[in-house]
Amino acid sequence: MALDWQVFCQDTIDKTVVKGCFGTGGATGTQTYLDWLLQAWGQTIIVAGLSLIVALVVGAIIGTIRTLPDNPWLARIGNWWVELFRNIPLLVQIFLWYHVVPVLIPAFAKTPKLALVVFGLGLFTSARVAEQLRAGIQALPRGQRYAGMALGFTTLQYYRYVLLPMAFRIIIPPLTSEAMNIFKNSSVAFAVSITELTFFAQQAGEETARGIEIYMAVTVLYVISAFAINRIMAFIEKRSRVPGLVASTGGGGH
Amino acid sequence: MLDFSFFTGEVFRGYILQGLYFSLALTAVSTLGGTVFGTVLALMRLSGKGFLAWPATVYVNGMRSIPLLMVLLWFFLLVPFIIGRPIGAELTAVITFIAFEAAYFSEIVRAGIQSIARGQIFAGQALGMSYGQNMRLVILPQAFRNMTPVFLTQTIILFQDTSLVYIITAHDLLHGFTVAGNNLSHPRESFILAAVFYFVICFSLSWAVKKLQAKIAIIR
Repeated sequence: MALDWQVFCQDTIDKTVVKGCFGTGGATGTQTYLDWLLQAWGQTIIVAGLSLIVALVVGAIIGTIRTLPDNPWLARIGNWWVELFRNIPLLVQIFLWYHVVPVLIPAFAKTPKLALVVFGLGLFTSARVAEQLRAGIQALPRGQRYAGMALGFTTLQYYRYVLLPMAFRIIIPPLTSEAMNIFKNSSVAFAVSITELTFFAQQAGEETARGIEIYMAVTVLYVISAFAINRIMAFIEKRSRVPGLVASTGGGGH
Repeated sequence: MLDFSFFTGEVFRGYILQGLYFSLALTAVSTLGGTVFGTVLALMRLSGKGFLAWPATVYVNGMRSIPLLMVLLWFFLLVPFIIGRPIGAELTAVITFIAFEAAYFSEIVRAGIQSIARGQIFAGQALGMSYGQNMRLVILPQAFRNMTPVFLTQTIILFQDTSLVYIITAHDLLHGFTVAGNNLSHPRESFILAAVFYFVICFSLSWAVKKLQAKIAIIR
């Protein structure tokens, strides 16, 4: 079977091939499948990016309170949080945010649909980030905590200046996979009609009957995105290495 | 505001049970198939022979960089195209999950094999074992035992991921709940019940894994 890449230059409404492959845009202008594909990629990036911010902020808070000394109740709340969000499938959580939360909690009634999905994906991932941060903090030698105390820091201060900066730097590798996961998981937003890449793939594949070309393009975009995140995180990892640890020496030698 | 009284034993048997059965069966079959193909992939990658290692690496990294949902759609499109007739959502789900999970399990097996001390391989060779014997009798049994906790955790994630087959309208647990919710016009309660169901199953499983992990840690 021959592949027909011209499908991307087609207008989405009358299916004629547009010269230059890009539509004129705007309210009355034309739109090609290529325009739509790039828009969908943008949606995926927005959903994944915002969710990542939610996941990092909430995950940092939850992960931290799980390691606080002398505060079993805060630690317990943190543990419950992680168990709750980790043991329900993402798709079910998205459905809950999308169909149930706006009805049960009036404050969310007017929240944009995209924001609901971002909360769903973000909080789901926050549990995993929290788990990694907890492990990261607990992996630090006890001396670090005591050193902070000996300097007369309050709990808040030694977390802020000693423990968290160290912990965040050593958990960058698992955070990298989490960032890549969040990008892939954003495909689930398709189930609640967010017009991201997977939604585009399914919709455009059906409209044009050129599923293979459309899916190939979308798959390539996912791979490119995953690779880009990987490179960005590797750069951050390199720049934030803790001197004196095994990881900081790079490839062998002194 | 919420009314769960619609959820009776009859509704459970009528709508949920079949879906629950499919979700569990899909988990079991794809864990088994994923482990078998995953082990093959891991052995290919560790073989040190380029023509074996390369395709396996490309396959594993490729599968891991695209969303499961996209893989599901690919198979849903491609399989009927290749064999010339539609095969149904359930069978598509099984094929996709085995193919997809093999990539993830292969990484677990690879880490498991790499966790074995080199001396074990040399010891096997010194006893005059062939590569196959050494793998089968010395390395893999130890590797599988070392990776049991990670392996079981991945199985729990796999069980959660089976909810995605809802998208291609396979009749799984989540599908059972949504159909029940729509037919009996309590969709919201149904979503909440689905969440409770998945939570109870996954929570008890991960609790059991934690116990097992503690046990293995003592033996070692």
